[in-house]
Amino acid sequence: MEMLYAITTGVLAASGLYLMLRGRTFPVVVGLTLLSYATNLFLFSMGGLTAGGSAIIDGKSHYSDPLPQALVLTAIVIGFAMTAFAVILAMRARGDMGNDHVDGRKAEDKEERR
Amino acid sequence: MTLLWIPLLPLLGVLVPALTGSRGRLLCTLATACLPAVALALTLSYLPAIEAGNIPRAGLEWVPQIGLDLAFRLDGLSLLFNLLILGIGLLIILYAHYYLDASENYAKFYAYLILFMASMVGIAMADNLLVLWMFWELTSLSSFLLIGFWSHRSEARKGARMAMTVTGAGGLALLAGLLLLGDIVGSLDMQVVLDSGATILADSRYPIMLVLVLLGAFAKSAQFPFHFWLPHAMAAPTPVSAYLHSATMVKAGIFLMARLHPAIAGSELWSAIVTVVGIVTMVYAAWFALIKADLKGILAFSTVSHLGLITVLLGIGSPMAVLAALFHILNHATFKAALFMCSGIIDHEAGTRDLARLGRLAKAMPITCIVMSITGAAMAGFPLLNGFISKEMFFTETLDSQAFGGLSLVLPVLATIGGVLSVAYSIRLVHAVFFAEPRHAPPKAPHEPPHLMRAPSELLATLCILVGLFPAVMATWLLAPAVAAVLLEPLDFHLAIWHGFNLPLAMSVVATLAGLTTYLLHRKIRQFVRDFPPRDASRIFEGVVQTIGDRAERITEWFDNASLQRFMTLLLGASLIAGAVGLARMDALTGAKGNQPVDGVLLVGALLLIFTGIGTAITHRHRLISLLMLSVVGLLVSLTFARFSAPDLALTQLSVEVVTMILLMLALFFLPQKTPRESTPARALRDLLLCMGLGGVIAGLNYTVLTRDTESISQFFLDNSVPGGGGHNVVNVILVDFRGFDTLGEITVLAIAGLAIFKLLNRLRLFMPHSDSEGRIWAPDRYPMILTTISQTVLPLALLVSVFIFLRGHNQPGGGFIAGLITAVGLLLVYMARGVAWTQQRLDFPYQPVAILGVGVAALTGFGSWLFGAPFLTSSFGHFHIPLIGDIELATAMLFDLGVYLAVVGATLMILANLGKVTTPHRPAKEDHDQGSVEQGLHRTAAPSDGKETV
Repeated sequence: MEMLYAITTGVLAASGLYLMLRGRTFPVVVGLTLLSYATNLFLFSMGGLTAGGSAIIDGKSHYSDPLPQALVLTAIVIGFAMTAFAVILAMRARGDMGNDHVDGRKAEDKEERR
Repeated sequence: MTLLWIPLLPLLGVLVPALTGSRGRLLCTLATACLPAVALALTLSYLPAIEAGNIPRAGLEWVPQIGLDLAFRLDGLSLLFNLLILGIGLLIILYAHYYLDASENYAKFYAYLILFMASMVGIAMADNLLVLWMFWELTSLSSFLLIGFWSHRSEARKGARMAMTVTGAGGLALLAGLLLLGDIVGSLDMQVVLDSGATILADSRYPIMLVLVLLGAFAKSAQFPFHFWLPHAMAAPTPVSAYLHSATMVKAGIFLMARLHPAIAGSELWSAIVTVVGIVTMVYAAWFALIKADLKGILAFSTVSHLGLITVLLGIGSPMAVLAALFHILNHATFKAALFMCSGIIDHEAGTRDLARLGRLAKAMPITCIVMSITGAAMAGFPLLNGFISKEMFFTETLDSQAFGGLSLVLPVLATIGGVLSVAYSIRLVHAVFFAEPRHAPPKAPHEPPHLMRAPSELLATLCILVGLFPAVMATWLLAPAVAAVLLEPLDFHLAIWHGFNLPLAMSVVATLAGLTTYLLHRKIRQFVRDFPPRDASRIFEGVVQTIGDRAERITEWFDNASLQRFMTLLLGASLIAGAVGLARMDALTGAKGNQPVDGVLLVGALLLIFTGIGTAITHRHRLISLLMLSVVGLLVSLTFARFSAPDLALTQLSVEVVTMILLMLALFFLPQKTPRESTPARALRDLLLCMGLGGVIAGLNYTVLTRDTESISQFFLDNSVPGGGGHNVVNVILVDFRGFDTLGEITVLAIAGLAIFKLLNRLRLFMPHSDSEGRIWAPDRYPMILTTISQTVLPLALLVSVFIFLRGHNQPGGGFIAGLITAVGLLLVYMARGVAWTQQRLDFPYQPVAILGVGVAALTGFGSWLFGAPFLTSSFGHFHIPLIGDIELATAMLFDLGVYLAVVGATLMILANLGKVTTPHRPAKEDHDQGSVEQGLHRTAAPSDGKETV
């Protein structure tokens, strides 16, 4: 199970990173979101994978690690704020520059800047 | 402890001009002069004690761990320099009062000048190697400000920069040298260093240390080959030149050599380096002084030349040579300050410093002429003036020197050549300005300056004569303690004008006669020199600076070609290497914990995650499909959290997922629906390999951690959650109580992101397509009936659920974050179903204040605990009995959670509702009056914003 979990995290991260290397803004934002999923999964697993427990004190002795959960919870919300900011920035860039390239360059001057 | 006031008073004096600058110029000048004058009087009050052989010292402990004490001493050498620094400084203050234009910022000028004065006093009195170095650097900084005072002039900026670079680089070498010296001796205390000369000379690190210290001294004192900054520093106002280049800045290097003389001199290496550099500088600079045409240029090079002379004497290092060096320091400061002031007067009154445009000024400026003739003659070393005596002593010492071994005649010969050139340029300076026929008329009709402007130079000229006539009376009281401080023992000497007919006198006579001849021939010499291309060290310097700048720029451009893809590739490549190296020994990192068994559901879920994750990347050209894939990933992540015992996370992830998808869908509406194919196959392959590598690193890292035994600090939270935080949901208690400060930071970030997005959307105009990428018109039914009905039914339910989730959050899965997101989702559903316009009418309030209020409530809850004398964000809780509802547990953390709730609702809606407004005619920008009434669903192109502020 641990192996499967690790592979899944790695695949999600790789897919996200691949998208972040693209040249247009929207795939980059999608990649960023995917990468933050992978990061959250990674962080979450730092307390070990506990099935059938919970972090509610109810007299049971089988608890999951609450600390990574608290960290990831805020990370999810902050990740949302970051995605939102990035995508709005992308929209703004398109509105101001007239294209959606990550470098804000126009299609015609792409060649000369290479 | 009064001793400490001597360096402290000038330092405090930096504030005086700033405080009195607005009260008029005269008051400012007088007030500025006060503190240095007191410091001077204090210095002199120690004279009897010093003459008696004492060395007053005082200090405060500063950083004892590294042996750094704020310690000062006042021995004979410090006294001599303090006298020059403060005495000539006072004269310069008076002179600058007349020199600077009324329109100039004299207060700033005085402040810089006093800062410089204070740092020089600090060097002279430092009793600790590091303190010495700090004041040394302070002189570099303050001289930078002074030289660049006329910052509107390019040459002033360049000159200041050059002086700063050269002396600053020298300062770094000096720091290394001084630290090495302190290491050799084992103490940074000056007295200990001075007393351990023998240890230092015997140490194997001595040569390195000596070269480093001398680099600093030579750079500061403009010795060859670092001399080139000094003539360029002439771009400074003349009072600055007169001060920096006669008595202070350039003498700092000389001072250092004299100060450390007992400790580091006395080896053959010392006398070889110092003597050779000094004599080369002396002759080389004297030659340039002869061929310059600018008054201050001549003086600048003559200064360099005379500094070379003093360096030679220090290099020879015999007791009489040290005496001669100190005497010449005094004499040079006297006549050179006066000469600079005179050249400033001429510049001020005639409007030029160009020798070609000056001449026959003797009639118009008779007194200036007399003053300059006297001081010029002193510089040339004519008899009955102070310069003569020290020059005779110099000649005597060069004859006695053994520095060149078999070639012992070289030094006196070169010294005589230097003397010849010195006579020639001194004569030229006076003759060309006052007696020769000018080639062109000066820009202004010259006349005598105000009397008080002349007074400082008159005083100095008088001193030149008095010291020249009565050297024993005038100078012995000052020189005897200074020599004793350098030699560490008193020296019995007698200064006299006449030593009989001897070889030094013959050298003087030769120098005078040959100098006169050289002056008569100097036009021819200058003609001859003009045939050679100027090979200025400053050009080389500028060239090197330029080259370094260009190279740096090229390297930066390679990294920073303004391409995000380039940055990302470099960043990811670097992290791949770092990660792969770390994971190379994965076997050793992996722990002993075995794999838990996999069940079918888990396997299906993981495969689905992998499939949709890769699918998101593969389908990225079809953005909508890619987005749908992403939403599946998000959903599965949420299920993963639920599977592994994190209900809070599952709830949060689910609600965030909803909000994120709405946001991205909305954004995609305004962006191209498809991504063009741009990457070459090679590039795509490279990216693919890079990402696969990184994915492997992350997976490997994750696996190694998961197989290790976890020793978590979480037991503390589990144990203390109920007794300490009053809640059973440990995750929530951590968020609002244990780590409440982190959460406060996080909701602040959220609110700031919301505000930034609000600002970014401001006045944004985007093309709104009326159909999708396939050309299909969007559904004509903008507000479907079913959705409208459901949304209105769901909203109260959603609000109720969020209240429930919020209230139970402390004990059951839930809390402010999740409740906030549920509320936001409910409201967003209404926005979507009914449109922004309809919702806006009914929910007419801005969300920014809600978000800010949330952060405020959370912060105030934290501050509230101060009222009870507890630290920030201490929570308290208790059980309350409320009629009808029953027992309830309330914690102040709940109030904090309310802040979180408000911040999340506010920020989320601020982002989405504002983005939604972009789709309506009621855009968040100003209304579309300028565009006329444009109906929805039509093409709308970006219109330039007209610059009006929106509310």
